Parts: sequence; C-alpha cells; structure tokens
Amino acid sequence: MNNEIFEIIANRPVAKNTLEMVLSGDTEGIAPGQFVNLKLDGFYLRRPISVCDFGPGRLTLIYKVVGRGTEYMAGLGPGARLDVLTGLGNGYDTAPSGERPLLIGGGAGVPPLYALAKRLLAEGKRPAAILGFNSEDEIFYRDEFSALGVETAVTTADGSYGIRGFVTDAMDRPYTYFYTCGPGPMLRAVYDKSVTSGQFSFEERMGCGFGACMGCTCKTKTGHKRVCKDGPVLTKEEIVW
Amino acid sequence: MVNTSVTLSGLTLDNPVIPASGTFGYGYEFAEIYDINCLGSFSFKGTTREPRFGNEPPRIAESASGMLNAVGLQNPGIDRVISEELPKLRRVFHKPVVANISGFSIDEYVECCGRIDREEGVGLIEVNISCPNVHNGGMSFGTSPESAAAVTRAVKAVTKKPVYMKLSPNVTDIAAIARACEDAGADGISLINTLMGMRIDLKRRAPVLRNVTGGLSGPAVFPVALRMVWQVYEAVKIPIIGMGGVSGAEDVIEMMLAGATAVEVGAANLVDPLASKKIVEALPAVCERLHMENLKDIIGGAHHG
Repeated sequence: MNNEIFEIIANRPVAKNTLEMVLSGDTEGIAPGQFVNLKLDGFYLRRPISVCDFGPGRLTLIYKVVGRGTEYMAGLGPGARLDVLTGLGNGYDTAPSGERPLLIGGGAGVPPLYALAKRLLAEGKRPAAILGFNSEDEIFYRDEFSALGVETAVTTADGSYGIRGFVTDAMDRPYTYFYTCGPGPMLRAVYDKSVTSGQFSFEERMGCGFGACMGCTCKTKTGHKRVCKDGPVLTKEEIVW
Repeated sequence: MVNTSVTLSGLTLDNPVIPASGTFGYGYEFAEIYDINCLGSFSFKGTTREPRFGNEPPRIAESASGMLNAVGLQNPGIDRVISEELPKLRRVFHKPVVANISGFSIDEYVECCGRIDREEGVGLIEVNISCPNVHNGGMSFGTSPESAAAVTRAVKAVTKKPVYMKLSPNVTDIAAIARACEDAGADGISLINTLMGMRIDLKRRAPVLRNVTGGLSGPAVFPVALRMVWQVYEAVKIPIIGMGGVSGAEDVIEMMLAGATAVEVGAANLVDPLASKKIVEALPAVCERLHMENLKDIIGGAHHG
C-alpha cells in the first residue's frame, strides 16, 4: 500500500453513465487486478475503484456512476488532485494462465481485465476477451482490447450489438484458463459454465480497503478472507457461493 | 520540550495516542506503511473464546462525517490470537499492547481475560462490554450497572494486569455504569463504543446493513463521546481512555481536558492509514501553541470547581 497524491489529466465519458479518469502520479507497485482507494471531499469513506491501466506516472480508472460518490467523481475536471491509496488487494496471478487464457468481463467488471490483457501479452501469451454489457450504449473499451491484438467478442443482453445474450453465451471455445470480473450473478454463471480453473475478482462494500476493519470479509474454502486484502481475486477452487 | 507521556494504572505510554480496537487489526497492515512504535500503544481486534466469522455483508455503511459498521466481532478466537497473532504482532510492535476482549457469557470473559493476562506483551486489558453488533453478548453486559459490575468483578479475580471496562454510549446513565465498574474493582474506564444507528437504501427500500443496525463512529460522534468522558470523569476516580470520533491532535487534547488520560483513535485510521501517526507527530506542536508543557497536567483540566 502506498499513499499518493494524483492529479487528474482527463475525465471523460466512454459509455452511458461510465467515465474514464486518467491521472498522473506515482504508480510504483501497482499490479493488474488491484484497486485504488480514493479520498473524495465531503465523503467520509474512500471509494475503491479497480485499476484499468497504468504505466510509469500514469493511472487509468473506469467507473460507473452509481451513487453520490461516483457522481462527485464525474464532476471533477483536469487539474483536480486526489489523495489515493494504491497497491491494494492481491491482483491477478498470471502464472497459471497457460497459452490461451480467456478474459471475461461484465459491465463495470471489464476495466481490470484490460491491464491484465497487457500483462499477459507482455508475457507472450495470447489472451482472448469476452466483454458483456446490457446494451450497445453501455459498451466501452471494445476497440482498446482489439487494438492490443486481443480477439474480442462482445455480448449484449438486449442484442443491440454483438452476440445477443450473456458472456456465458460466448464461452464455447477452447481456452487454457480464465479470468473474470463482473456482477455477482455473472460470476456465478461463469463459474458454472467454465471448463478450466480460473480467477474471479469480487466486489464488496469496504471500510478501509487495506485489511484493517474486517468490513468486507467473505467465506472461502480456505477460510475467511478479506475481499480488500486477501482478494479481490479468488481462485475458482476456493470460492463458496 | 513538551512531555507527552501519560500513565494508565502504572503503564506509562510515550504519548496518549492509541488506535482503537477493530480499526487497527493486529497492527500489520499499518506497519507496512509506518513504524507503529511511534504510538503510545494500540488496542488489538476484539477477541472472543471461539473463532467468529461475524455478520453477513454488507457490514459497512457511510453517513455524514462518519460510518456505520456491523462487523460482529470477527476474530480468530483466543487460541489463535495467543499462538499466532501475538507473536507476529510482537515483531512489528515492541511496546505493551492493549488486549481487547469480548464475550457472550461471564465464563467466557473470565477464560479469555485470564489467559491474555499471562501474555507478556499485553500491558492492559480492555474488556468490551459494549459491542452493539452481536446478540446475547457484548452490549447486554454493558447496559446495566449490575451486569457491568458482575463482569468486572469476575475478570478482576483472574487477572493481574490493569483491567479497563469499555462502555457503551447506548445507555441512559453511563456515569452510573462507570461507577459500578469502579466499585467492582475496575482499574479504568474506556469509552465510548459506537452509537447504534442504521441507514436505509432508497432503491432497495431496505436497510443497507444486513444486520439492520450498526455502530456509528467518526467525527459525527465526537461531541457525544466528549460529553460522556466528561460525565464519567465527574463520577469516578480511576483513569479514563477516551474515544469517539477523534481525528486530530486537537481532539486528543479536548478529550484529555474532559478527563481522559489516554485517547483512542478509531475510524480515522480506516480513512487515513497514517492518521494515528500524524496525530502523534502533531501533538507536541499543538501543545506548545497552547502552552501545555506536560500533557498529563491537563487531564480533566476543563473541570473547574
């Protein structure tokens, strides 16, 4: 964990109720699948947001406006400074991915898979992606995934774009391992449909975001785990639904 | 040079700042980002006889200038706390620690306090009779003078270390309960635990917390906590550890002027992991500005006549 001050470079809509915030600051120690915790003026608790992309001195977050905290974030402009805790959570483990891992993201669960895709590519692997949304106006980062050279399928629940249905409707294909992030029911469906081992990124209401308060504990087959510190990534084998 | 040291029942602390139980784990997470030996002490996560998962999520909700928690005493149980957590804790914290003990029966308080009393690194036992988030335990002992005294008497009979009873603010007369603890032999009083509250999710038209109610903490409760420390100071002669919404060095001094000998910092640690360190560092300069040379001289200093 590091406590850094970041400055907003850009904060723009990328889909319906969804914004991409690019920040400059020290990204040392950040890994794919981790999250950052933002202090916002006027809100007591920090807001945990998954890391979408990062490089030296540059951090990209994608967030959906779902409440007053994210509404406030959406109103911030370039130059605004944020107190950020970085390097939170365990992140994805790329060691077991095999040659052809599948990345399965749903809605606001898509962003952390982008940094993961870049990491896997850098390791010489050939990831494919399935990105699921409710409808066409909610789609973001399809082109960004494709631009990486990742074979990308898009599903929409209403059929307004790509494959009609859910991410699981695009899973009939060969893959060596999978990584997934999205709403609870989607994770459960991926769990049931999947034919290999894999890793799941979970979400829970958090107090601190760094393991101190026990506010986000869940039960797993390997004991009680704090989603913020021992997660947010859990392996398929340890999940208790 | 400001002298910030204070003494709790024979236990001298370099400064009065103590991260509160449940907001500091066993110290490891904070030791990752600063040397926690700058603290006066810290109170570790509330420990019960059996391991506990705690309440189902969501356990956390936000409110204006504060937060609600309904963690429900999640902890690995006294056996593992003694065999695993304390040895690990000793590696990052070299001063006597405050052991926070909770229970669901007098027997359980007696067993856990008796066992933790024999642990070398423990400087003081803080007996939590005030957890608002569990049923048939915790707070039920802290809401009447008789049951608070019964726990105090039973725990005192099996311990040598100072015993501080941690009281609930969810009562009509906290001073009477503090007095009952003092009469039963308590070495000190620790207050306040969280204030019971709740939030409702407008979209779901249902309570935010799965437990329905939770404990409110953060700056929102500071004036309430301060008032109760004040009242308890007027009612008892034993030392007080004051807490509730403390977020800065000025709050520490305010608590001490109301009657606290030491001060715990709770929710602030969760929002800013460096909060307690910043308070320790700010304290000497704030004291100097206020012409306070010796911090222990200001305890109860706002009570005149």
